[in-house]
Amino acid sequence: MGAAVATFASTFLAWTWTDEFPGNLTVTGYPGGLQVLTLVGSVLTLLFLLAGLGVRGLRWLTPGGSTSSALMLALGTFATTWYTVAAIAWQLGGLANLEPGGFVAAVASLLLVLSVLGLPADMPFDEEHPPAGVLARFRHVLKAPEPGPAMVLPSWAEVLLVCAACGVGLTVFTYGIGAEAEGFVGFLILTGFAAAGAYRAGLMRRVSSLTHKYRNVALTAAFFSAALFPFTQDSDAYTSVAVSILIFATVAVGLNVVVGLAGLLDLGYVAFLGVGAYTAALVSGAPTAALGVQFPFWAAVLTGAVVSMIFGVIIGAPTLRVRGDYLAIVTLGFGEIFRIGMQNLDGQSGPDLTNGPNGIPGVPDLKMFGFDFGESHTILGFELGRFANYYLLMLLFTAVIVMVFRRSDSSRIGRAWVAIREDETAASAMGINAFRLKLLAFALGATLAGVAGTVLAHVEYGVHPDGYKFVHAVPPNSAFLLAAVILGGMGTLSGPLIGAALLYLIPNKLQFMADYQLLLFGIALVLLMRFRPEGLVADRRKQMEFKEPDQVDAPTHGGGLDTKTGV
Amino acid sequence: MTSDTITSTTVLDARGVTMRFGGLTAVGGVDLTVNEGEIVGLIGPNGAGKTTFFNCLTGLYIPSEGQVSYKGKVLPHRSHLVTQAGVARTFQNIRLFANMTVLENVLVGRHTRTKEGLWSALLRTPGFKKAERASEERAMELLEFTGLAAKRDTLARNLPYGEQRKLEIARALASDPGLLLLDEPTAGMNPQETRATQDLVFAVRDQGTAVLVIEHDMRFIFNLCDRVAVLVQGEKLVEGTPAQVQSDERVVAAYLGTPFEGAPGADEAAEVAQAEQRTEGDDQ
Repeated sequence: MGAAVATFASTFLAWTWTDEFPGNLTVTGYPGGLQVLTLVGSVLTLLFLLAGLGVRGLRWLTPGGSTSSALMLALGTFATTWYTVAAIAWQLGGLANLEPGGFVAAVASLLLVLSVLGLPADMPFDEEHPPAGVLARFRHVLKAPEPGPAMVLPSWAEVLLVCAACGVGLTVFTYGIGAEAEGFVGFLILTGFAAAGAYRAGLMRRVSSLTHKYRNVALTAAFFSAALFPFTQDSDAYTSVAVSILIFATVAVGLNVVVGLAGLLDLGYVAFLGVGAYTAALVSGAPTAALGVQFPFWAAVLTGAVVSMIFGVIIGAPTLRVRGDYLAIVTLGFGEIFRIGMQNLDGQSGPDLTNGPNGIPGVPDLKMFGFDFGESHTILGFELGRFANYYLLMLLFTAVIVMVFRRSDSSRIGRAWVAIREDETAASAMGINAFRLKLLAFALGATLAGVAGTVLAHVEYGVHPDGYKFVHAVPPNSAFLLAAVILGGMGTLSGPLIGAALLYLIPNKLQFMADYQLLLFGIALVLLMRFRPEGLVADRRKQMEFKEPDQVDAPTHGGGLDTKTGV
Repeated sequence: MTSDTITSTTVLDARGVTMRFGGLTAVGGVDLTVNEGEIVGLIGPNGAGKTTFFNCLTGLYIPSEGQVSYKGKVLPHRSHLVTQAGVARTFQNIRLFANMTVLENVLVGRHTRTKEGLWSALLRTPGFKKAERASEERAMELLEFTGLAAKRDTLARNLPYGEQRKLEIARALASDPGLLLLDEPTAGMNPQETRATQDLVFAVRDQGTAVLVIEHDMRFIFNLCDRVAVLVQGEKLVEGTPAQVQSDERVVAAYLGTPFEGAPGADEAAEVAQAEQRTEGDDQ
C-alpha cells in the first residue's frame, strides 16, 4: 500500500528535465501527459487494495476477487510507468534524461506489483496439489471467484449506476481519442489491464447484468453520452475521427446481422457500403456526377438503401446457394468485382457512371431545414464544427441501426437466423425456408451498410473506388469489418461497436508503426482467438458455449442465470 | 398394446419410394401407410435404408421414384414445405440447435405456425407481441408436456442426453404436426429412460398425432406399435402386427442370419456389430 502511495506521489514529481518528450512531464507538483495515466492506475490500485482489506464503503468495488483485480491494476500501472520511463530514455537517448521522479515512479510501481503479489490469493491454494513453479502460482493468483448475488438497490440507483457507467465510458473514450501516439500506447496498456482488473473484481459482470436488466435505459444513456462527445471537443480534429469510427462501427453492426446472427461469412461486405456511398454521390448533385440530379437528403438515403438492398439480393441469390467456406470465397470475389467495376465504369471500358479511378468528388454538404452541415454552429455556447454536425447525424442513424439489430435479433426471424447458423438441415426440417431467410439477412445487412454509405459520401466530400478494398491499412474495409465483429464479439450489440472503435483508433494513433501495422494486427487477432475466443464482449450464448462444460455431470453453482452478460 | 385399430383416414401414404445413390439402391419400391391415431414401427438391420426412407419422406432427399402423400396431398421435395404441410421429424444423431436455450429451440419449431415477418418485428406491432406471447405459451405447454419446463433457459447442449432426445420431440411437436417421425428415439437410453420415452410417445398419439418410429430396441417397438414394417436391404420384407412380425422366420433370419453349423461365438458377434456400425456410418 505504501508503494501505491509512493507511485501516486511520484506522478507529481518531474520525470524528465526536458519538454522534448510529448506531454511535458517536467513540472514538479502537477502530473501531466502519461503521468496522469500512472496516477489513475495507482489511485485505482489503491482503491481496490483498500476494498480488499475490507474498508467500509468500498466493498462494492470487489464483489468478485480483490487481490487478483488489484494485481491486474498494479501490473497495468507498472507497465504504463515502465513504458513511459523506457520511452523517455529511448527517445531522448539514455537514462541520464530521467529526473529522480522517474526513478521513484519506476521503483515504486515495481514495489507495488511485488507487494500485491504478497497478498493472499482470492482462491485458496489446493492443499494437496499446490501449483508447481512460479508461473503456475502467478496464474493461480490471477484467478478470481465468481461474484456473489448483488445487493438489492432501489431501481433509480441502479439506473443511475448504468448512467454512471456510460459516463465513465465516455470519459475513457474521450481521453483515448485525444491521446498522442505515446500517450495512446500508455492508454491502451492501462485500459487493457484496468478492464481485466474490473472483470476479475466482478464489476464487469455487475454492470452487464444491470445493463441487461435496464436495456432500454442503458441504450438511451449510451446514446446520450455519445451525443455529448462533440460538446467535449473544442476543435474538429477529433470529431472527424469520431464520425469515421461511428460509420465504421455502424457498418460493423450491420455485418453482425449477416455474420453474427445468420452465420454467413461475408468477406465482401464493404461493397454494400460502397453501393450506398456511390448511389448517394450520384444523386446528391456533385458537379462530376453522371446523373445531374440533386435529391433531398432523405430521398438520397432511401435511394442508397434501396439500391444496396437490390444489390444484396442480386449478389445473395446466386451466392447463398453455397455454404461455409465457399460462401466466404464467393463474397470475397463479389466484393472485388464491385471495386473493379467502379474503377472501370469510366466511359472507356463501360458506360460513364463513376468517373473510374477518379471517383466522384465534390459531393456538396447537406442542408436540412436551413441547417448547413458544412458550417460551424454555436449551440448552447459550444461550437460544433462540420464533423460534429455529421457526427450527430450519423449517431441518429447508428441508433436506428442498433434498434434494427436488436429487434430483429429477438424475434421469430432472428431465432430462425440463429437456428440456420446452428444447423441448417435441422432448421429446414423445422419448417424454416433457409434460403429465403439467408437472403433476407443478406439484404438487410446490405441495406444497413448502404444507409451508412450515404452519410459517408457526404462526410468524405465524395467517393473513391479505393475506399472499398478487401484489405487496406485504413478501415473501413471488409477484413477490418469482419475483424471488428469477431474481435468485439459475434452476435452482440456492443461488441462490434467496441471492436470497431479499437480497430479504427489503433491504426490511426500508431501511424509511426505503419509498416508493421498489419503484422501486429494479425498477431493480436491470433492471441485474442487463443485466449478469448468469444471476443471482447461475449454474448450469453457464446460465453456458455466456450466456458461451460458440454454436459453437466456435476451440479454447477447456483444455476445458469447469473452468467447472462450479453449487452 | 392396442390391437390393429384401422381408422378410415390415411395420414401418410408412401408409394413405391425408391432411392438410388449412383448404382446403389438404398431404398427400393417401399410402400407404407400410416393411419390416424396409429403408431407404426419401422425396423430392420443397420444399413437397411430406414433413415434414407425417412429422408425421402421429409424432403431431405428427392426420391428417384415413387411419391409420398400426406392426408391426400402429394408432399413436395422441400424439407421446410413438408414440415409446413404437417410432417415433423427428429434425427437419429440428435440435431438440436446446441447453442440456443431449450425454450428457443421449441420456439424455432413454431416457425411455420407463425407469420410475423421482419417488418412487424422491427416496428413491434401489437400483432407481433401477441404472436410472440402465444408462441411462448405454446412452447411452455410443450415443455411441460415433455417435462423440461424447469430447464427452459439452459443451453440445449448442456442437457443430459435423454433430455436432449425429449427436447427434439418437443421441438418437432411445436409445429403442430399431424404425423411425427421419430428416428431412433431411444438410442443410447437406459431402460428407465426408454420407458419414459414410450409413455411420451403414447401421450403424443393420444393427442391425435400419428407416429412413425424407427427403432432397434425390439421390446420398445413391440410394446409401442400398432403395426410394424421390416425393411431389409432397402425392401420391405414383412408388415403386420408386432406378434406377426415377431414370429416371422424371415425377420429372424434377416437380423441374425440363417442358422449354420455351430452357434456364432462372441467373436463373430462382435465382428458383425463392427461391420454394422461401419455400414451405419455410410448410411448417414
